[in-house]
Amino acid sequence: MASPSPKSPEQSEKNKQYDRQLRLWGDHGQATLENGHVCLINATALGTETLKSMVLPGVGAITIVDDNNVSDEDIGSNFFLEITSKGLNRGSEALRLILELNPAVQGHAVQEPPDQILQENPDFFKSFNVVIATALNEKTILSLSQHLWDINVPFMLCRSVGFLGSLRIQMKEHTVIEIHPDNDQPDLRLDVPFPALVEYLDGVDLESAELKDHAHIPWIVFLYKAVQKWQTSYQNMWPMSRKEKNDIRNILHEFMKIDNCGVPIYQENIEEAMKAVNTALVPTFLPSRIQELIYSSAATNLTKESSSFWIMCSALRGFVEAEGKGRLPVKGTIPDLTASTDHYVKLMNIYRSQAAMDAEIMYRKVQQIVTQLHCDSISEAEVKLFCAHAHDLCVIKGSNIATEYQLGSNVASYIARHLEEPDVMMVHYVMLRAAEMFISEHCQSPGDWEPEADIAKLKTCVTKFLSDISCSPFPKDDHIHEMCRYGGAEIHTVSAFLGGCIGHEAIKIITKQYKPVNNTLIYDGASTNTAIFTF
Amino acid sequence: MFIVVTTMDSGESQVSEYQNRRWMNIRKLLERSGPFCHPDFEPSAEILDFIMNSCKVLVVGAGGLGCELLKDLALMGFKKIHIVDMDTIELSNLNRQFLFRKNDIGLSKAKCAVEFVNKRIPGCEAVAHHCTIQSLDEGFYRQFHIIVCGLDSIVARRWLNGMLVSLLEYNDDRSLDQSSVIPMVDGGTEGFKGNARVILPGMSACIECTLDLYPPQKTYPLCTIANTPRLPEHCIEYVKVIQWAKENPWGSGTALDGDDPQHVAWVYEKAQERAMKHGIANVTYRLTQGVLKNIIPAVASTNAAIAAACATEVFKLASSCCVNMNNYMILNMADGVYTYTFSAEKRQDCIACSNTPHVMEIESNATLQVIYDKLCEDQGYMMKSPGITTVINGRNKTLYMSSIKSIEERTRDNLKKKVTEMGLYNGADILVADVTTPSTITIKLKLIENEDVEMSR
Repeated sequence: MASPSPKSPEQSEKNKQYDRQLRLWGDHGQATLENGHVCLINATALGTETLKSMVLPGVGAITIVDDNNVSDEDIGSNFFLEITSKGLNRGSEALRLILELNPAVQGHAVQEPPDQILQENPDFFKSFNVVIATALNEKTILSLSQHLWDINVPFMLCRSVGFLGSLRIQMKEHTVIEIHPDNDQPDLRLDVPFPALVEYLDGVDLESAELKDHAHIPWIVFLYKAVQKWQTSYQNMWPMSRKEKNDIRNILHEFMKIDNCGVPIYQENIEEAMKAVNTALVPTFLPSRIQELIYSSAATNLTKESSSFWIMCSALRGFVEAEGKGRLPVKGTIPDLTASTDHYVKLMNIYRSQAAMDAEIMYRKVQQIVTQLHCDSISEAEVKLFCAHAHDLCVIKGSNIATEYQLGSNVASYIARHLEEPDVMMVHYVMLRAAEMFISEHCQSPGDWEPEADIAKLKTCVTKFLSDISCSPFPKDDHIHEMCRYGGAEIHTVSAFLGGCIGHEAIKIITKQYKPVNNTLIYDGASTNTAIFTF
Repeated sequence: MFIVVTTMDSGESQVSEYQNRRWMNIRKLLERSGPFCHPDFEPSAEILDFIMNSCKVLVVGAGGLGCELLKDLALMGFKKIHIVDMDTIELSNLNRQFLFRKNDIGLSKAKCAVEFVNKRIPGCEAVAHHCTIQSLDEGFYRQFHIIVCGLDSIVARRWLNGMLVSLLEYNDDRSLDQSSVIPMVDGGTEGFKGNARVILPGMSACIECTLDLYPPQKTYPLCTIANTPRLPEHCIEYVKVIQWAKENPWGSGTALDGDDPQHVAWVYEKAQERAMKHGIANVTYRLTQGVLKNIIPAVASTNAAIAAACATEVFKLASSCCVNMNNYMILNMADGVYTYTFSAEKRQDCIACSNTPHVMEIESNATLQVIYDKLCEDQGYMMKSPGITTVINGRNKTLYMSSIKSIEERTRDNLKKKVTEMGLYNGADILVADVTTPSTITIKLKLIENEDVEMSR
């Protein structure tokens, strides 16, 4: 028998290779990632593990800045160095072995210390979508973070010491359209149905439907009809209270068909309507987060430099104030529900068409603004995506690392508050900062050679840090002792855990999908604990 | 020191000195005491010696987690690592299984991974087993100090869990002989989420104790697929379940193969036709493949983080340098980075690890079908295709078995019979075998009198 020959072209090699991740961030996310260029300062194990998580999924290019030579300890903790790497430049060796992971990724190595680049060629950093640094000293952290803040390049400052590690993300502002929420709230507008929806809902006759058809009418219709029936007794009202919602449930119950013995017949669609009473009857409203966004100065005072996100926010304000009558564009999706094919498809198309109409209006508004500003055009697809996610838009306003390091009153009281709780994860943060101070003063990690002798010296650093934030010294030395035990050791699995997280967050930053950490992650591998702090 | 070389020339002595420096990072954790160490911890150079030269670790699975685990363990000093995986390398693995290259496609994952790591990390003596976990016997599993799993299959996890439980030995006073316990560290990921856990078989919650933590499998009712499709998935399922068998596009007897691009394309086109007919949108090639193969999204970063968390626990178990995680961590990297660690509880009546007779209560007039359904659906069993036998007058009798076609046909009618008609009685034992466990489980039947007499018309 002749084999059938389907005409559909096979998936491209690239689509096959990236299939498992394309299901998460889509082709558009992948395209953005492939245009991304990331800079790593210091190819420590933490650094290379981070790059691994970006090179495998196909980031566009990586640049490693490292002027260190490979030591035995490096080889012992870093998978992307080999025995023969000893004594060679660490960045170049790591780059060579990391690029083997994915031939599509471009790579460069720069064998200069970051301080020198900052002095001689500060524009170097402008071309990166994100700069990731590990094993930096305090002085370089301050100058580099300030520079990256000034030129508005996202910066990820990372540490791995013993069982502890941290990630601090510094970005002026980060906007996300697709946050991919775990549970997507439906946007059904039953309280303010648009004309096409009214026409459909009114067109369904529950009474005359035979049981088979009755059981295949979407719950959305039942709920709408129940409210209508309820409103015959309560004109111009909407069921809000628990009692009113129970009334609705009772009406839904009355809609059930009855068998020969007078017993109501179980219907999945009506059961679904009962369950939806609490969620689907929430009146349509403009979420306050979104209201804040569209009236924020970034959206009201547009300039030629405004990003497409803020231009679309401005257009959204126009929509809400005019055509939307105080509401956002219709999402255009409905949840899966028991229904006949005909009902389901009809209902979905009604919402979808309304969403398309709303997006069309939005697109015209965006075009108007773009023409006025003479800025880069924004595609219709981009506007559609924005409208579909207008309920979940997210803006993260970042803070400067330099401010955190100066321990101003806000930062000081924030740290102090967590220490008082007491939050041991904040103690870890303090220990990491104190260890950094120790290195500045003594040019080696606490406990590198003499764990016992360094305890007193590290304690001085901790006490100084605590007094700077008006806190009394720690009652016990246990965490100081533990930090000296680590002796600045980089433990591979601790770096591998953090590297996974940091690479992941960097991908979020580049693709502008999913919410990244805001703005500090602390990890303790000993207790298997993480915490997020926002400085 | 940790490398004991009795007959060494000057060259080898340089190597051992050199290795000293290389392992300096972990030596600090192992040779120094700290305030948060495990109470039993005695810092010494012998611990690294044990990790390197005595401690045998088995890595189960050489996929996204397995590749990471192998690298992680080798860099934490472990040398005697075995890794088992029956799979061969595919192109879609390369976005996260970082020990493989395009040239390796078609080769054994376990062998390829081992070759790479042994080469990169001198001294590492990893051994590959290119086979199923079920083909390895008790003796094989018993040789390991710790087993760490990076599997994508719940059935395989349950089987392995059953194997480790079956290795447990009990003292005369019914207390557990702790030297028979092989700790199991288990990791799993799905997209941006994952979990890592430490199981001490017989002592803490095992896989079977916590079956309810796995999300139920997504299924589509047949009547929806056939009569009222709504979603693009329904159209694809229809072609897969109904149309393929009807049309046999590649001749009868050719099973639908989700890895054959021709098959996928055929299903895709037929599903599109069906979707078009019903006005359903968004049947795509990617979705078709996803439904056919039940594809779970996967990304390098989540696998790296979960594997590292598991490897850290293996290191703690081997060294006692730190108290282990207690005992279940979930990770969600979709919204920031979030972890939560909790103590999953041991089930007193756990089918696998409770070491007490298992009792199943059924009504005295129940059919064998009732027992079969309970074994498949009850949270405590969740079996896939249980085979049920019993012993009557000293002779084995197969009551029902679906896994072998001829026996299934012969025993099918038993499902409708009452258990009492087949010689079962209150207190009788049934023996149950299933893919989820390596050993047969004995369950004592407790027949209870039907109380709702008026209900039985």
